[in-house]
Parts: sequence; structure tokens; C-alpha cells
Amino acid sequence: MERLTVLKTYKLYIGGAFPRTESGRYYEPIGQKGQKLGNICLSSRKDLRNAVVAARKALGGWSERTHFNRGQILYRIAEMLETRSTQFIEEIQLQGKSEKAARQEFELAVDRLVYYAGWCDKYTQILSSVNPVASSHFNFSTVEPVGVVGVLLDERSALINLVSIIAPIIAGGNTLVVLAPESKPLSAITFAEVLNSSDLPGGVVNILTGKLSELLKHVAGHMDINAITYSEVSLEQKRTIETLAVDNLKRTREFDLDWLKKDSQGLQFIDAFQEVKTTWHPIENIGGASSTY
Amino acid sequence: MAKKNDIKTGFTWEYDPAPESTDHISIKKQYGLYINGKWVRPDSDKYFDTINPSNGEVLSSIAHANERDVDIAVKAARKAYTDIWGKMPGSERAKYIFRIARLMQERARELAVIECMDSGKVIREARDIDVPLACNHFFYYAGWADKLDYAFPNRKVDSLGVAGQIIPWNFPLLMAAWKIAPALAAGNTVVLKPAETTSLTALKLAEIIHDAGLPPGVVNIVTGFGDTGAAIVNHPDIDKIAFTGSTAVGKMIKRAVAGTSKKVTLELGGKSANIILDDAPLDQAVEGVVNGIFFNQGHVCCAGSRLFVQENVADKVIRLLKERMNTLVIGDPLDKNTDIGAINSAEQLKVINRYIEIGTKEGATMYQPKCVLPKTGYYCPPTLFTDMAQSNVIVKEEIFGPVLTIQTFRTIDEVIQKANNSEYGLAAGVWTDKGSRIFNLTTKLKAGVIWANTYNKFDPASPFGGYKESGFGREGGLHGLSAYVKLD
Repeated sequence: MERLTVLKTYKLYIGGAFPRTESGRYYEPIGQKGQKLGNICLSSRKDLRNAVVAARKALGGWSERTHFNRGQILYRIAEMLETRSTQFIEEIQLQGKSEKAARQEFELAVDRLVYYAGWCDKYTQILSSVNPVASSHFNFSTVEPVGVVGVLLDERSALINLVSIIAPIIAGGNTLVVLAPESKPLSAITFAEVLNSSDLPGGVVNILTGKLSELLKHVAGHMDINAITYSEVSLEQKRTIETLAVDNLKRTREFDLDWLKKDSQGLQFIDAFQEVKTTWHPIENIGGASSTY
Repeated sequence: MAKKNDIKTGFTWEYDPAPESTDHISIKKQYGLYINGKWVRPDSDKYFDTINPSNGEVLSSIAHANERDVDIAVKAARKAYTDIWGKMPGSERAKYIFRIARLMQERARELAVIECMDSGKVIREARDIDVPLACNHFFYYAGWADKLDYAFPNRKVDSLGVAGQIIPWNFPLLMAAWKIAPALAAGNTVVLKPAETTSLTALKLAEIIHDAGLPPGVVNIVTGFGDTGAAIVNHPDIDKIAFTGSTAVGKMIKRAVAGTSKKVTLELGGKSANIILDDAPLDQAVEGVVNGIFFNQGHVCCAGSRLFVQENVADKVIRLLKERMNTLVIGDPLDKNTDIGAINSAEQLKVINRYIEIGTKEGATMYQPKCVLPKTGYYCPPTLFTDMAQSNVIVKEEIFGPVLTIQTFRTIDEVIQKANNSEYGLAAGVWTDKGSRIFNLTTKLKAGVIWANTYNKFDPASPFGGYKESGFGREGGLHGLSAYVKLD
């Protein structure tokens, strides 16, 4: 007798745990060959709120990790992802790509994580400055994470868009809530399993699945999300996001680029989720002596 | 006659008047709009009076630009951008901006006196802070015009186009400089609207820009009220909006441009914490607190309006603060001895007095030094409130006047929580003698500008701007350039 395969229940990833949606609802995205991809959680507004609470709770610890440590953890994510190449490539194919394209997307995702792992302990040096003020003060500007970020992904791919956006956000010390692509949710869910085994503290990345049309306004309007990023949304959706984001002056970041391009990465994606802080302190020079030698 | 009281000895000094002369300045009876290098009558044909808030006298009559005037100004700016300014080599743009800085320096005294008369701020501050900083801002950004590639390595740098800029009444000339200088350096052209109560120095700046020989249309100054500002925000051919003002208006602007490709930077309100730890040099800290909240009558977005004092030194700090408040001279802004000048407008005085009333009604204890306020004009004595809780309205909301709230704390973790518990995040101050404590606090306070053992310091090279609902984008320094460039 042929062995019966054990099917996987697809879950959300909130605060380092894997719950099903509190709403009990599901949807059935269809793969390219017409097959059902599974009973995927149809996240509710309440799931989003729980995810934001988890992200906020994780922010203090994650943003205060040493940058070196964050780099190590991002590199660990790349390691763990690489070891699961077969599964990811299969899933990307299920969601509509050829084997060759799936392999390319997967490999680029791993490489991109390594790229941002290397940025973790360098970006502040490049984005910071010592400012030569015309008074007796030491004055410097450096960058700090903006906080909790809401991430809305486009539907063009399953993995590379996810990795390309969340890597620079967490490299920069932020925490986030991401809504997986509605039609291609499998890679995001599997990626949660990678994160969960990568020393990344629970709550730093929270992954929801569901419908953009349902959750868009709740992410944009949530008063405890500090920044929102989106791409490939309609003009109507863009207007809704940018209007609702005003309530707590969320930073809005729209990216419209092809993440499959090798150069769709860079310091600017880290910088987009940073705040500049400038610090002043007086310099005492009572004697007025100069340091000639 | 101005007086200083020493409440320790009961001694009172009297100061002879020492007013700055107003003989050498010229203010026209009426100002038109400065559009396309010319002074023009507004299409609306409407004018409004600008008054001296220290005595209620009318200074001049100012044009009220309507939608059509704004449209003409934007068209002039677009044409100047396309034909001249956008294509001009950075090194040439730089020379124009340097020229503006120099001409401002030459006319510094006139600018300071007019600023003082139109806004109510004291001459000491207008002369020593506002005007020099405004000149220096042009001087600083002039040098960036031909070095943009160094500011953004590995990126292709482009100007944005036409910038619409709307500025507040608390630092009229300085805010105009903060807006115009980086915009021009990066190759943009400008339509700027000053606040309705303080148009004069922006119009004087237009004269200077004209004298500097800037091509017509590169800088356009349109005066008026909120409707004029709205016309700028909603104009379809504006590429960039830069606004400094209240959080409420900032949000209106951001909503108005939602879904468009307009770039926006906002520098909004604040309720900044000023924190004194028990090891701080207290006399110095009290000076800093006074400068933090009473500078410019408290009309400062980053004013240190929430004072947190460690419990074991609170009594002493409050006593020293009261003593110091008694020595502040309130009165004629043009008098060189004056520390606290006039409130900018009758309207703002009403707002401040309403908050003082709310504070008293909520059960807080109010203190004001004994002082005689001038009979005419708008004045508010320096005010402090003790016995406050985090939930008090006057602890949460921006007052924009000389009103300080004082709370106490025991541990550093407690004060970090309290200080950060605000929707604002513009600035913060920390007073302690211990370096490691300074870095702990300055790292954890969520604010864009942190002053350690100092307060309310500004410099063209120093980026300024807020976290959270205090706005986004930075002005000043290398980081201030990003607001006016497109990067590929």
C-alpha cells in the first residue's frame, strides 16, 4: 500500500509562535496548474493587532542588540534558508514559476540576506555625521530604527519581495508585521519556519496571510505602527494608505522596483526605515589653550 | 521701567530703557507679492495689516494672495526651473546663494529690528540668534550646491523641481532661510508663503534676493493666510511641499497630497522633555531650563516644556527656578535688557491663557513672578506649574508659550518612560555630570534633537527635525539636503 502523505497546516507567525488565525477563517489560493495551495489563514484585524503588540514588545530588545549580533543573526537566517533549498524551490514552482526561475529567485534571496547581514554593523557609520557647528559644542547625528513597520508585499513573487524588504528593515533594528502576497503565501509561511530556527527573537518578524483588500486600511490606520511600506498598489489603495497613515504620521515608503534584479538592494533601503537623531554637548574650554602639538 | 527682583535679598534693580533705534530701517506702507522678480499687486486686490504685537501699532499693509496669484507664482517658478535654475551648474548657483548670505549680513541690523517689531521677539535674540543663523544657513548651503555628488555617493542626484514652502511666525526670517537655502542649493525653485502675522522679513529677504540678481522666478514670495497656503499645497505643478507649523495643519497637508507624487517634509509641534538628574550642576541646569522654555516667549516647537526633576533635588531646583524667573525682564522687545518680549498675536495669547486656565482647573499649582506687564500689546508672564501628572492636558498638549510643567521622578528608567510617553518626539534635554548616564539617556529618548547639558542650540550644520508626530525629514546639515533631491 502506498504511504499516505502528511499534509502541512499553514499557520501565521506571531511573536515567535505559530497560531492559526483567531478568526477561524481560511482561503484557498490557486496555484498555476489550478491546484489548491492549501487552507491558508485569512487573517483578521485582531490578528494584525496581536502581531503589532508582539512587534512592539520585541522592538526594545532587538533595537538594542549590538549591530554585530544583528549581523550574525541575519547571516544565520541565510544559512538556514540555504539548507532548505529543495522545499523553497518546490514551493515557488507550485506558486507559478519554472524550476529555473524558482532556483534563481531562491538563490538571490539567500544572497540578499547575506548582503544585508554584512550591512548591520556598517550602515550607521555611513549615515552618521559629526557636524561642525559654529559654537563650542560637540555635535553628531546618527540613525536609529523608526520602530514597528507594516509591510504590504506585491503579488509578483513569493519569496524575493519578502526577503528584499524585510532584510533591510530588521538589519536596521526595526521590528515588523508583514502581509504575505495573497496569491502566493506559501514561501512566506515556510520562511517563518526558517526565522524561527535562526536565533531571531520572536516578535521581530511577524507574518500574516490573508487579503490585502481587507487588511490594508487596518495596517495603514494602526496607531502603533511607525512606518508602512507598499508596492504595486492601485492609485486608490495608495491614496487610502497615505490618508490613513496621517493619523499618527506614519512614514510611508513606496517601492516600485523589480526585486529580481541583482542591484535592487542597497543602503537606501536601510536608510528608508531610520530616523536621524542629533545630539549636542558643550565642550569646556575655560583656559582657552590650543593643542598645537 | 524694567525691573529685576532678587527674591533672596528682596532687592530690586531698575533698568533705564535701552531701546534699539528704529530710525535707520525702512518699512513700506504697503507690500505687493514678489513674483517672477517683480513686485506685483495681488489678483485679489486685498491687503491686510501686519501689526507690532508689542504695542498694537500697524506696521504695514500686506497683500493677500489668492489661488490665481499662487498659480502665477508657480508658473514663474516652473519656468525659472526649466529655463535657468535647474540647468545651471552648481558652482554658479552657489555664487548666487553666497551673495544672498553676504547681502543679509550687510543688512543684519535692519533685519533684526524689523523681525523684532513684526514678531514681538526680543532684540537680543533677533540680533544674536535669528538673523546670524539665517545668514549662516545661506552661507552653509551655498557651498553644497556644487558638491551634491559627495553628499550622496553611488547615487545619481537630481533636483525635484518647484518647491512650495509654508513657514510659521515664531522664527520668520530663520525659517525662510531654512527652507529657501537648501532648496536653491539642490537646484529647485521656490514659492514661499510666510505666516500672516510675520510677513515683513520674508519680504525684506525678497528685496535682498532681488538685489543679489537671482534670475526672475527662482524665488517667489506670496503672502497671505491659510487659504494661500492651501492653494500652494493643492497646486498640481508643485513637486515638493515643505511645511513648518502645527501638527494639526501638517496632517491636513499630508492628507491633501495623499496619493499624489508630491514629496513632503513636515516640521511640526513638540512637547519636549528636559530632564535634570540629581548629580547635575543645578545652577547651570536652571539656566538651561529657563532658556529651554522662555526663549522666544516659548514660541519654539522644540521648547523644553516638560521639566522632569529627580525627586531628591526637586525642591532646590524649583526654588532656584523661581528665583531666576524673578530676574527675567519682561517688556519692550526692542529694549536690549528685555528677556521676554511680546506674544506674537492676540490669538496666540488667548490660546496660552486658555491652557493656563485649564492647568489651574485641573488642580496643578501655578507660579508666576511678580511683574508689571506693559499696558498695550500682548504679554504673558513666565509661568510654571507643579503638582502635575502625565495625564494633565498641559503636560500632553503643546502650548507654544512661556509655560513650563514640572514633574518629578525617582529612577532613570522611570523618566525615560515618562519622557517618551508622548505622541511628539522633536527634542529633549538631559542634565547630568556623568558621561555614561548622558549616553544612556540620549540613546533611549525618542527625539530628533537631544541637548545634553545645554538646550535650544541651533546651527546650519546640525540636522533638526522630529520623530513620531513631530514630523519627518530633517533641516540643516548634510541630512537636510535629502529633502530637496531625487536620487536614482
